[in-house]
Formats: sequence, C-alpha cells, structure tokens
Amino acid sequence: MLRISCPWCGARDETEFRYRGDAGRPRPPADAGMAPFLAYVYERDNPLGWHLEWWLHVGGCRQLLQVLRHTLTHDIRWVGAPGAQPPAPTE
Amino acid sequence: MSGAARIAAGILTDPARPVGFRFDGRAFAGLAGDTLASALLANGQRLIARSFKYHRPRGIVTAGPEEPSALVDVLTASGREPNQLATTLPLCEGLCAVSQNRWPSLHYDLLAFNDRLARFLPAGFYYKTFMWPARAWERLYEPLIRRAAGLGKLVPRIGAAAAPAETVHHHADVLVVGAGAAGLTAANLLGRCGLRVLLADQDAVLGGGTLLDEGWTAWRQQTGDALAASPSVRILTRSTVVGAYGHGVFGALETLAAPTSSSGLRERLHVIRVRRVLFATGAEERLIALAGNDVPGVMLAGAAHSYLRRYGVAVGCRPAFFVNNDEAYAALFALAAAGISPVAVIDVRAESLAAARARALGMRVYARCLVSAVLGRSSVRAVRITALDGAPLQTVRADSLLLSGGFSPRAALPVQLGGHLGWQERLAAFVPELTPRAGVMAGSARGVAGLAAAARDGAVAAAQIARELGRECEPHAAPPETDLAATPLAALWEVPGPGRAFVDLQNDVTTADVRLACREGYAHLEHMKRYTTHGMATDQGRIGGLLGSAVLAQARGQTLAEVGALRPRPFAQPVPFAALAGSEVGAHFKPQRRLPLHDWHAAHGASFVSTGLWLRPLVYAQEGGWEPVLREARAVRQGVGVTDVSTLGKIDVQGADAVRFLDVVYANTFSTLAVGRARYGIMLREDGMLFDDGTTARLAAEHFLVTTTTANAAAVLEHLEFHRQSTCAQLDVTLTDVADQWAQFAIAGPRARELLARIVDADVANAAFPFMAAGAVRAAGVAARLFRISFSGELAFELAVPAHCARTVWEALQSAGRTLGLLPYGLDALNTLRIEKGHVTGAELNGNTSAHDLGFGRMLKPQGDFIGRTLSARPALQSGERLQLVGVRPLDRARRLRNGMHLLASSGASEGYVTSSTPSTELPGWLGLALLSGGRARIGTRLTARSELHGEEVAVEILSPHMLDPENVRVRA
Repeated sequence: MLRISCPWCGARDETEFRYRGDAGRPRPPADAGMAPFLAYVYERDNPLGWHLEWWLHVGGCRQLLQVLRHTLTHDIRWVGAPGAQPPAPTE
Repeated sequence: MSGAARIAAGILTDPARPVGFRFDGRAFAGLAGDTLASALLANGQRLIARSFKYHRPRGIVTAGPEEPSALVDVLTASGREPNQLATTLPLCEGLCAVSQNRWPSLHYDLLAFNDRLARFLPAGFYYKTFMWPARAWERLYEPLIRRAAGLGKLVPRIGAAAAPAETVHHHADVLVVGAGAAGLTAANLLGRCGLRVLLADQDAVLGGGTLLDEGWTAWRQQTGDALAASPSVRILTRSTVVGAYGHGVFGALETLAAPTSSSGLRERLHVIRVRRVLFATGAEERLIALAGNDVPGVMLAGAAHSYLRRYGVAVGCRPAFFVNNDEAYAALFALAAAGISPVAVIDVRAESLAAARARALGMRVYARCLVSAVLGRSSVRAVRITALDGAPLQTVRADSLLLSGGFSPRAALPVQLGGHLGWQERLAAFVPELTPRAGVMAGSARGVAGLAAAARDGAVAAAQIARELGRECEPHAAPPETDLAATPLAALWEVPGPGRAFVDLQNDVTTADVRLACREGYAHLEHMKRYTTHGMATDQGRIGGLLGSAVLAQARGQTLAEVGALRPRPFAQPVPFAALAGSEVGAHFKPQRRLPLHDWHAAHGASFVSTGLWLRPLVYAQEGGWEPVLREARAVRQGVGVTDVSTLGKIDVQGADAVRFLDVVYANTFSTLAVGRARYGIMLREDGMLFDDGTTARLAAEHFLVTTTTANAAAVLEHLEFHRQSTCAQLDVTLTDVADQWAQFAIAGPRARELLARIVDADVANAAFPFMAAGAVRAAGVAARLFRISFSGELAFELAVPAHCARTVWEALQSAGRTLGLLPYGLDALNTLRIEKGHVTGAELNGNTSAHDLGFGRMLKPQGDFIGRTLSARPALQSGERLQLVGVRPLDRARRLRNGMHLLASSGASEGYVTSSTPSTELPGWLGLALLSGGRARIGTRLTARSELHGEEVAVEILSPHMLDPENVRVRA
C-alpha cells in the first residue's frame, strides 16, 4: 500500500486518495482538434521508472497533488501542489 | 503405537493442569500449554491424517506453522473448522478434533487403494484422463475427484459469534519481525534509544531458537522482562506477519482463541505502519527426499528438539538420525541427555565436529552413509542404511527417523518487498537480499548460524536502523557464548532408490512427479510447480520446496542456483476470511447514511431501499405491490405530494470566475443564466459520454448552487475538484460540498403552489416566481431556498432548508397540506412520475450514452470549450444507429413490461432494451423507457419485448420518451 505524504495533511494511506492519471500530460488546448484529444484520453505511456501522477486527496483536504512515483519500486520521491515544479525524473 | 511419551518437564507445559480432549472420538489427556500435536504425541498417537491424493497415513513432521501433514478439523458449537494445524493449535479443555480425508476411518481408509494405483496416478493424471466428454467434467469427474482428494470440509461460520475478528491499527518507528536471539536483541536496543518498537512473533512465547537452548534461559527471561517493562516497545505474540505491502505497511494475524470457543474474538488482524522494518524471522529446517519420508514417525530433527524442550515429549524411544549438518545434532544431544539414545546416526559427511562429539558420547555414527528407505506403513519400523554409492549396508530397527537436510532462511516477507534470493553455496540455501531502504535482515534469516552470532547480528542491524532514524544505540551487552564450532553442511536433497520419495507432503508430490513434469516439457520451475502442484498447498512447500527445485535442477542438468526457488506469495500463512473481514460484516459492511427525516419516514410506515450508502423511503407502505405507489403518484398528478430529495449532491460554487468554471465543466451554457434563475445542465466526461445531470441555480452574480444525482454526488465533486485545480487552476473559484448541510423537499402537483403559499413568506404566483425561478424565502419561519423545478412533470417546487430544520419545515408542510390531500411519496412513485415524463436517471445515464443518444444533442453549446466537447463530436457518436432513448408501451394494456426486456427485431436479434418501466398513473397499462438502436427514427413502429429470465414476451409500440404532457404545459402552470 502506498503512503502518500500530503503537504497539507501528512503521510496518509493511498485509500484516502483517488488516482487521477498522468500529471505529465496537460489537457490539450480547446481548439487542438480530435487527434490530440484522442491521445490525451486514450493513450497511456506505461513507463518503467519515475512517473508523475495526479492524486486527489478526496478523503482528506480535497487538494490535488502531483506525485512522483517509481512504477517498479513504488518509491515516492516527491509530492507537490499542482503548479509546483517536480524534480527532474532521473534514475 | 510407539513407546513415545512425556519424558521430561517442558518449559511450556504445566504438569499440574491436565487437559481433556478428543481426537476422532477417542478421549485423551494432555497438559495445559500443549499444542494438539504435542498432546497427541505424548499419548503415542502418530497417525493424524490421510494424505491429499494417495490417502497415505500421515503423522506430525514439524512443530510449527510450516507443518504440511498434521491438519485436522476442529468441531465447534457452530459446525467445524477445517485445516487447523495440530502443531500450532493450543490444547484446551474439551477440544474435539477429527482427522481429514479418510473414509470410513483414519485407520481403515477405503480410498487408500489410490496409493496402490499410484503408478497410474502421476502428475497431470487428471488433466490427461478426464478429458472427454467435456460435459462430464462438471457433473461427474470433478465431484468424484473432489470427494477423493482434498482436505477438511468447510462449514461456514454461520451463527458464530457476531464479530469473531477485529482489526487494530498500529503506528510505530520500527517493526521487528521475529523474537529470537536477533529480534530480541534488536528490539531491546531500539526500544532503549527511545524508538517506538513493535515486536511480533508467531509463537506464544518470546525466544525463538533460544527456547531450545538451556544456556539462554536467563538471557531470554531478562531480555523479555526488559521489553515488557519498556514503555516504547509493544509486543505481539501469537502474531504472524503475513504480508508486506510496501511503504512500511504490514499485516499480521494474531490468533486469540481456539476454534472451540463459541464466543469472543477469534482473530485480530493488525495493520502496521512503520518507518523501518527488521526481519529476524529465522530459518526453516528442510526435509530430505527419500523413500518413505512421509511415514508417521519421520520428523524434522529440530521439531523433535522442540517437542522435547517445550513439552517434554519424546517422539520415539528408538530414533534414528539422518543429517547433513552439525546444527541438527543439538536435537540428538538434548534427547540423549533426556535418556533417549539414538539407534543410529547417519551422516552424509565424511567427518564433522558434531559427529565426533556424538561418538564421544558412545553413539553409533554411520559417516558417509545414507538412509535409502523408511520401512513401515502407519509407523516407522526400521530404516535402511546404504553407503554413498547406494551399496546396502544395514537395516536398523527404529521407531522414528529424525531428519535434517539443512536450513533455509524464511524469505516470504523480504521477497514480497521485492527482495532477491541469492544462492549461497556455503549454506546450500537461497538467502534473501534486500535494499537497505526496503528493510534490514538479521540472524539466521540472512544465513547467520548460531544464537550468539544471531544476537550480535541483531545488534548491528539495530544500530543501523537507529542511525537512519537519527538515534544512537548503546553498545550491545555480550550474549551467552554457546555457539560451538561447526563443520559445514554437505548439500543433500534426495536419496535415489526405489519407492516413493516426497518433496511435497501436503499435495503428495514425489521426486518422480517432478522428473515427469520436466520430461513432459514443464521444465521451468513455475511450470513444474503448476503441473505437479508442488508447493501449492497451504504450507507453500516450506519444508520441501527447495527439494523440488533440486530434483528439477538435476533433471535439467543445471545447478540449483540456475533453477531458483519457488516464489513465496502473500499471505505467508493461511488467513481466514473472517479475520480479513474483521467487524465489517452484516450491517457494518459499509456505512449507512440516513436522511435527516429518517425517523419521520420510518414512523409513517416507509419501506426503505438502500441506494449507494443511503437509506431512502421507497414507498410509505410495507406491502400492497404497486397499489400504494400509484396512490402516491396519483396524489402528485391530481393534487399535491411531497418527497424527500435530500440525497441529491449539492455543491456550492463561488468566486469571480464561478460562471466561467461552470461553462467549462457543463456542456451547456451558464454564463447566460440570470441571478434568481435555475437551469438544467448536463456534464460530459472528457471522452464525450454523458456523466451527470442536475439543476444549477444562480443565487448571486458569483454564487451558484450545483445539484448532482444522488449516485454521482461524490464522483461529480471529485471531477469538479480535479478540473478546478488542474485545467481551470487559473480561475478564481471555490467549491464547497454542502450536501449534508441542506435538506431538500420536492413539492409537486397541481395544488403545489397552494400548499407552498401556506408556509412561505414570498409570492409564489407564476408571474413572481415562474418556471425555473430560484430565490431565498422563509418557510415556516426558517430561512430557506426555493427552486421552481420539476422532475415529476407537474407544477413543482423544491424547497431547501438547513438540515437541522428539516423536521420543522417538513411537519409544517404536512399540517398545511392536510386539507389539500397531501401525501408524502417515496422513490418508487418518484420513478413512476419521471418515467412517464421521460426524464432520465442512472438507468439511462449509464456511462455508455451520449448527449445525442438521450436527446440532449441541442444542449451542447456551439461556442467555447467544455469538458468532452472535442470527443463528443466523434462521428461514430453521432451515428443514427446508436441506442437512443425512446418510450415503450405494450399494445395489450393488460400486459406488463420488465426492466431489462430486450427489444427484438423480426429476425429475433436484440436491438435494444427496456431501461425503466412502471404502471402509468393516467394511461391504461404500463409505460417504459428504452434504449433502442436508431430509436428516434422508429417512433410509431412496433417491436417485441422479451424477458428470457421471466419467459415473457409482449408486443410493444415505440413512443417518444415524453409520454405525458410533451408540451410542458403543466410545469409552467
């Protein structure tokens, strides 16, 4: 089970959070057209390694968080607010 | 029967407290502190069970949770508990255990003829034989095989104690798993430097391996006392850590009471959250594969040592020893000191320090020798000794054979955390290796031999953990120096020869099965495992797993390191479902949400229905079928009714950019909504499908109240929060969930205005408060919000009041409505009314429908961005062939519709289905809503509706979904 350190609430179980997908892919601009939206909604990278993700603390402060998680080890290196700059996801 | 008995005082048993119990109907006596296994051994009862496949006689092989054979059913007040391990089951007065998998009795088992057929029942036999005809598998073969094979009978714990288990959560700095020399040392040092320590051990007493060595008694007691007195150490005994879930989360199963107790807690599940973990889980002794290694009386040497030290029980009077390592001699010397001399010590090695000590005690040691077979059927009679090259040497009469094939570190938990199993030739074992961040290992769990060495290793591990957590451990007090110099072991997995040699006692897997699997192409370890079921029993092959790997390695001509070890999987030990469920059973399975007016509804005869977590009034009657529902619905059509819609989601949206935010999340426009007005809105998912609907009112220029469907209340809030903080992060808007703060009532019917006027202070005439108006009023003296919206299709208002005032206002409505024929109506009537009107709910907003499908296509705003805009324009979603919302009505008005009925074309193919149906309040017969392929173009045509489930078929006409008042005259009245 993941324990996510919410900047507002402290370390909490993942069951308090809702996963909201890849935080590294912003929503395309409104007029981007069909292809970018299809890619945004349906295409998923499946990286081995660090992955920047949205987690919403629905069972806590309801804040949206960026979480840098390693998909193999489940290590969480960084948790930040939506606008914050994540550290470079190096190995 | 052997002459085995209780020959000494055990450290756990109390000779002053005899305990009576029954096994297979026979009365026995044991002592307080015994396990069922030790008590049976003390009574000379060796035969405990019949094996899974061959029904061979089986006894007790181990003294702990790794036991493969001695499984019993325990009879309880409420039935029977199958597959209890005799080796861990505490003896209690009146315990009734029965043996498993035998008929008619343990001694005379008719199915034992399977054993004679063994050569025709190899691995994969069932798959190869019972192939044809396929239909016979379910009806004939499987029931037969299940009766012949298998373990205990499961009888559900129905009627047992209401909550036989509970869950406890722990937060600590360090979890120490295992309370042997390493774990006790580490827990003590960590506790003394102020860290909060949780020490868990599967045993009822602390000590692990030190329990077997008298030289450690004082140390064990002192350390245990110090830990018990330490305010920062919490000790969990009888608690097995069964799962490691990463991020410092672990699960442990504590066994509290014997299955016989009819009341009280049986198990406790500990959910543990810690910063660091230390695995001091020790090592497990291994079996040796040789012919007859499953005969009752064959036991691991360490287990024999345990039975002697812990319970004072000797397994036999004339034991033979067969070992490949020095550590196992400890059992030999302990038994000899208690007066049980071995008839033969067979050591595969040429010479060793321990063998020399045995000779010095006058024991007969056969060096460079093997035991090639155990003779005897329901008990060991003799062992056959051969030279290393297989030359027969001697057959020695013995009543038991104590085996040791070396030791394997317990790897289950480290492997669950991603630990790698590294082969160590020195130990002939796989040793788990963990990254320091994942966990630290100490003692024999990482291959350190000897108690003093393990204690020192525990101190090193404790110092490392303390440093990582910013503390400094004090120096470790020297442990008792009892470790003797030892000669390394010689790897020995299998003694070749005729006869069946088992690698998995619980699943009856032999060395020949493993070789067969390899020959038939299942040469990968994980394939062999599945083909033979080796290691797939409840013991996960803990004592024989590596033997299977070794036999496979030999068959493949490779090394054991190349073949690898079976992967241990969670749980490390079987866990009853009841323990996982804990107290979350029955009504406590999920929380229940009650309406502010729940008690009023109940007092007025409501039957309730569970929708999501909510309990809602379905109809104000306990029986009568549709009649009371239609009475309530007709009150709305003809007079006035009131219903509690407080379950709707309500989200307060405020901010300078609130309206821009709503324009993004809703598919229709809200920027044109005037203050004091409400509007129906639809929300799409980004993939273009309909997500939710509801009305939104503009209470002030920068203040909106959004309502959602009951079912989607949480999902919509989450969706809005996500977009507010990501795609709309630049907007000045805040969201507040006010669902629980407001109770809301729908007042509907031609006389709704008349009723409302009696309790509100505002002018509710059509001119002052037209359709879709919204505003603040006082109702029965309470500050309230009034919305002129209608779900029923009648003139209707929704009145929202603070939840704590719900009863005041609701009762004011009831008394004001008495002269108007007011009836409260429930969810069934609400549904009847909305179906007639063609309004959709979750049955139609099912996640697969688009705005076009439900006839909302024109609501999508042509200008400006909104969530789902681009993908809702996908050509396939515009197709006229998609399932579209229509109304349906049986041509024969006496026939009914059913939800889920398929709408059939003349070819018999399904072209859609009925989503909702109800008897009508105003039209004769039934009405329904349906999703029909190309439905809108088929209005006026006829189809057949069929329910296979009910065997019903009815001709229907396809209608517009707006079956009542399509011009919306009533709602604007």
